[in-house]
Amino acid sequence: MIAFLIRRIIQAVIVVLLVLLGLFLLTHVIPGGAARAALGPRATKAQIRQFNVTNNYYKGIFVQFYLYLKTLVWHHNLGYSYKMNQDVTTVIAQRLPKTLVLVGISTVLALIIAVPLGILQVVRRNKPIDHILTGLTFVGYGMPSFLLGTLLILYFAIDIHIFSVEAPQGQTVGAILGDPRGLVLPEFTLAAITIASFSRYMRSSMMEAMTEDYVRTARAKGASPRRVLFRHALRNAIIPIVTLLGLSIPAIVSGAVITETVFNFPGMGLLTYEAATNTDVPLLLGTALVATLATVIGSLLADILYAIVDPRIRYAK
Amino acid sequence: MPSDRDRDTSGSPWSSPAVQNEGGPGFPVPAPIAAELSERLAAAEGTAPSGGEAVSTGSMFRQIVSVFTENKLAVIGLGVFVFMVLFCWLGPVFYHTNQTNAQEALVNSTSNTSPSGQHLLGTDNAGYDILGRLMFGGKNSLVVGLLAAILGTAWGALYGAVSGFFGGWVDALMMRIVDTLLSIPVLFLLIVLAVIFHPTLTVLILVIAFVSWLVPGRLIRGETLSLRVREYVQAVRVMGGSRRRIVLRHILPNAIGTIIVNATFQVADAILFLAFLGFLGLGVQLPQTDWGSMLSNGVTYAIQGYWWEIYPAGLAIVLVVVAFNFIGDALRDSLEVRLQQR
Repeated sequence: MIAFLIRRIIQAVIVVLLVLLGLFLLTHVIPGGAARAALGPRATKAQIRQFNVTNNYYKGIFVQFYLYLKTLVWHHNLGYSYKMNQDVTTVIAQRLPKTLVLVGISTVLALIIAVPLGILQVVRRNKPIDHILTGLTFVGYGMPSFLLGTLLILYFAIDIHIFSVEAPQGQTVGAILGDPRGLVLPEFTLAAITIASFSRYMRSSMMEAMTEDYVRTARAKGASPRRVLFRHALRNAIIPIVTLLGLSIPAIVSGAVITETVFNFPGMGLLTYEAATNTDVPLLLGTALVATLATVIGSLLADILYAIVDPRIRYAK
Repeated sequence: MPSDRDRDTSGSPWSSPAVQNEGGPGFPVPAPIAAELSERLAAAEGTAPSGGEAVSTGSMFRQIVSVFTENKLAVIGLGVFVFMVLFCWLGPVFYHTNQTNAQEALVNSTSNTSPSGQHLLGTDNAGYDILGRLMFGGKNSLVVGLLAAILGTAWGALYGAVSGFFGGWVDALMMRIVDTLLSIPVLFLLIVLAVIFHPTLTVLILVIAFVSWLVPGRLIRGETLSLRVREYVQAVRVMGGSRRRIVLRHILPNAIGTIIVNATFQVADAILFLAFLGFLGLGVQLPQTDWGSMLSNGVTYAIQGYWWEIYPAGLAIVLVVVAFNFIGDALRDSLEVRLQQR
């Protein structure tokens, strides 16, 4: 297990480095370059030269990448955002906790809703409620999250004034949590992205577990249907959800970009969008690094959790 | 990285969740995850995903036809798709509207008018007729969705087949590239690419295809791993068939079931991706439009009560995406032989 972990971590580091290098190369293809993007169209040639010298942009691209990594590792510095007039690390440190709160709550919400839905569908298999829920998951999967978010705003914030139109705008995590009226709609929008897939998966997983030998044995022993369902089937059926959770992180991160843009939630997703539309190169690289780290760590955690939850899994080598 | 699990968990009893029942992990598991899961399952079971029997193209075609005669949802899905194609391409023949001349639109009709006899679904803020715009933008949405998915799946299938067939360090290198790209959340990749390259129709197709080939690549690679040791592939080798011939004439045709099923889901995803880009303002640029851009444009006005500016476009997206999921689901049930055997 330890050897497996070490190997996986080395792989993860390599993947992150490759992603960073790829994005680094890509952002250098931006028309006009980073100098034009930062200084605006009216910058003089001298200003641009000055900018390129101070930011090492005149050096070879791989030298630049090396320098970028060096400042990142030694000084924990991701560069300076000219659009925000702040260090990229400072901006990210402000925004990241808020997104973690948003994503964390919504994922828990998604699980709380999706798992019982999946179980319900198995208990009421092929009954009307099963078909209705299946239909809803189809629609949920086809519904772009920004459309759902917009519709929720229209109904719940504009027609009937239950929730706020905008997400909480507080500077700190505490301030954001202190405004539950603003938090409900973004949380639900983000959760909805995963509810459809989680509940559908839960349904299949549960259905599969119900056909296993141990369920038949439990029934033969005379265990009550409820006990069979929750103690025998559910315990096994829930295991793949752990993996699904880890693998869903890219989707959730992407979902956060959309949801935060719809609700103007001041987190990493909105930051990414702003960085992209402003062609703020250092900021874009910084946010991409965070997103990639989240994905890679999620995949790693899924593996580890999986081995912990399911004692039958042993990683060889 | 995850494909390394092939070795790591070999022999470990993944209790093979989900896959048999109801045809796979169920469509709504997002494609990348479905691919990942089925690959992990296959790895654990010691078989590659849906290592199919040799299916001749004739029976393949018959199978596809039978899918549509037997499965009600597939018929509905196909019906919706055909309707949308007719609506977007034939519709303008019967319902003439101006969709490109901004000046004329503002002069001839006022902006944000509610549905009436003259404008069946009202007009948007620029004075364009919404029903006509739905046809006009729908063309772009459907063309981008279909072409991006076909391009992405075709390249992914070829890439996966080559990677799986050669094995060894070639395979390891090729799959690490896929893993690396899959580690970037799709939307990030799309946003960065759309910002760097000015979004024209062609660029959008290529950009979306670029994020769509990874999952099919992985799936087909997994399938190739099982196909390449089949007797008929070995027979071709013994007879001196070139590697190119084996990949193109023997492995890919036998993986066609998986390829078609995956392509169907990729169309649904590609249409959604385009909608997301459109929403972020990175979609097709004016005077062209697509359903996502229409939504993005309409959101501001919908809040003022002009519901007709978002509902039609939103409904169109949901309908088409669900339709392709229906078709994909039905095709998977019927074409993926491993599922049939159970």
